[in-house]
Amino acid sequence: MEISALTRAAAACDAWRMRYPVLRDARLFQIAFLAALLSIGVLVKDFALRPEQMAIAFAAGIATQAIWIRALRIGHRGLLSAVITCFGLSILLRSDSLWVHPLAAALAISAKFLIRFHGKHLYNPANLGVILAISLLPGAWVSPGQWGQQVVLAGWFVVLGGVVVNRAQRSDIAWVFLAAYLGLVALRVAALGQPWTIWLHQFSNGGLLLFAFFMISDPMTVPNRGSARMAYAVVVAVAAFLWHFELFKPNGLVWALFFCTPLVPIIDRLWPAVKFEWRQPAR
Amino acid sequence: MASFAARAGAWLIVVVALALLFFLASPRAEAFCGFYVGKADASLFNDASQVIMVRRDNRTVISMANDYRGPLAEFALVVPVPTVLERSQIRIGDRTLFERIDSYSAPRLAEYFDPDPCQLAKRDALMARKEALPASAPAQDMRDREKALGVTVEASYTVGEYDIVILSGTQSDGLETWLRENGYRIPKGASAALRPYIRQKMKFFVAKVNLEEQAQTGVSYLRPLQFAFEYDRFMLPVRLGMLNARGPQDLVLYVLTANGRVETTNYRTLKVPANMDLPVYVRGEFAKTYKALFSAQAAREDYRAIFTEYFWDMSWCDPCAANPLSPAELRQAGVYWVGDPAGRGGGQPVMLTRLHLRYTRDSLPEDLVFQETQDRANFQARYVLRHPWTGSPEACEQAKPYFAAVSARQEAEAQALASLTGWDLPGIRTRMALSSQAPARWWETMWK
Repeated sequence: MEISALTRAAAACDAWRMRYPVLRDARLFQIAFLAALLSIGVLVKDFALRPEQMAIAFAAGIATQAIWIRALRIGHRGLLSAVITCFGLSILLRSDSLWVHPLAAALAISAKFLIRFHGKHLYNPANLGVILAISLLPGAWVSPGQWGQQVVLAGWFVVLGGVVVNRAQRSDIAWVFLAAYLGLVALRVAALGQPWTIWLHQFSNGGLLLFAFFMISDPMTVPNRGSARMAYAVVVAVAAFLWHFELFKPNGLVWALFFCTPLVPIIDRLWPAVKFEWRQPAR
Repeated sequence: MASFAARAGAWLIVVVALALLFFLASPRAEAFCGFYVGKADASLFNDASQVIMVRRDNRTVISMANDYRGPLAEFALVVPVPTVLERSQIRIGDRTLFERIDSYSAPRLAEYFDPDPCQLAKRDALMARKEALPASAPAQDMRDREKALGVTVEASYTVGEYDIVILSGTQSDGLETWLRENGYRIPKGASAALRPYIRQKMKFFVAKVNLEEQAQTGVSYLRPLQFAFEYDRFMLPVRLGMLNARGPQDLVLYVLTANGRVETTNYRTLKVPANMDLPVYVRGEFAKTYKALFSAQAAREDYRAIFTEYFWDMSWCDPCAANPLSPAELRQAGVYWVGDPAGRGGGQPVMLTRLHLRYTRDSLPEDLVFQETQDRANFQARYVLRHPWTGSPEACEQAKPYFAAVSARQEAEAQALASLTGWDLPGIRTRMALSSQAPARWWETMWK
């Protein structure tokens, strides 16, 4: 029932996109989804996030993007990705001051224009922003437990996230990553003889799904070739697993992606393929 | 210099530890989390455990107080630990330490008295009286048997009134059998719960009461056990303790760290709703009120969230519910970087996070894992009582609007209390000597 409804919804979306080329940009769907997520977090889940922190973060992020676009005279680039970055930072980053969010947003978005290889930026801006904030800025942290563990919520993430990722045409990496990571967690649960509810608890973590669908699957910062992308997803999953379950450190997902990202230009050089573009050509 | 480096590098230091607590007692004696102490505050919550956890870098000091009330011969404590602890790593603690830290950090009331509205100019002289109320066989045969069961007794000590053995095991069934054969009353299903810890190569700290030694202590209760060890994980296992839990259990955890607020990484950490005005009659029954409030909030979160009740830098407080712990008391709790005679680690602050968790058998699938955040924003569970001015409505021109504002305020207080505790609103209005009916609606007074 739900599946057929989703299929119909997707078909309807496709029809609209044929009529209005601007809707071919998958980032619009991402923004809608992230906005819904942030609203649920702030209104229902008591995210420790102040409205003014969000407002300043968005202002700083969008301004930074605009300044770089103007300075580099690349008018064809829009502000959408900056908005997505600011959503990501607002959802993940916590601080007791007002300046951490805007500074992280400005640094992350600037890095997108400064750290580039083969015509692609290196780091996913939200990932870099979070890492810079928690490692360099005082009074910044990530609350991995903020989501709670409602399986229903997780289900929505999967379904809606799946739709979004399909729009972005590089959905494969999110699913391969999830399969690899949750597979490793399952192996650990079996090896230690733990109850399976532990696996379910890991699975139903909002942070994992957010990471899979909005961070590692950022099509601009993953290897261009399909097979290389799969291998990369597995490498990140293994690194995150080891960080979390062998080193017992928090925020394994964002750290793993941060450390694995420099592999992307190497992979692209060894196994070249066509670069992704956000605006899909009309079919 | 070293402390600066430690501070600057704090983001890199991942603060993780393992302290596995596990209370096993006879089913009759109702169990694991029976270790809380204190006076009015602690007696708030039955089936509550109190744990003080000190954590900096990999160094961890755990203190556990219990109010075990069953037969002493049946008391048993099993705590999985990362390594074989030496005798000098184990100590008998002082129960008053728990009382001190409890009363210092407990949810509290603040009282204010409205000034005479006729003397508004003197408002600056508002007297605010803040009062904190307490929230609240032969040896060879034995060795053969141990070998058959895969159990090794790594060490054994008598510390105070406790006989302690440190065990390592290779199979959970063997460990369960060994414990049972050696007179420990452990619940059914223990082996399945022990297995993950055995497979992680953990040792087990097992204590029972030495009745002769206990008689010599001259006190009727069991004194707290403390142990210090190094471990890279920052966590607290509550899973084992649920084995013979019947209903929800409470855990009050005082975490002492050097950098910031502590929260769980695998469950939601929420601040307990606080800093609102409550009806003044709560003054005489704050313990009951806070208990109802906490019960309602924990149930609302389905027993899956952990609540922060207090977070403050212990070097100051304003107002203080009780005097902060002295450097000597902090060292006794295990805060090794304070009051060091050699002067090392001086100047590093001590942050106290008080966490309160109510959990059931099914609500926590995974042991609690913590992280120390960089959050330094102070928080206390504080509730405000505002006593109305006791003059007459006829005293002056300003008095009438003042009393109208007071009734509106009291209605809001009643609603806040009802919403926090789940108590019946008309009942609260009766207690407040307000009309037990809802306030008249606008059209009801319109034509009168």
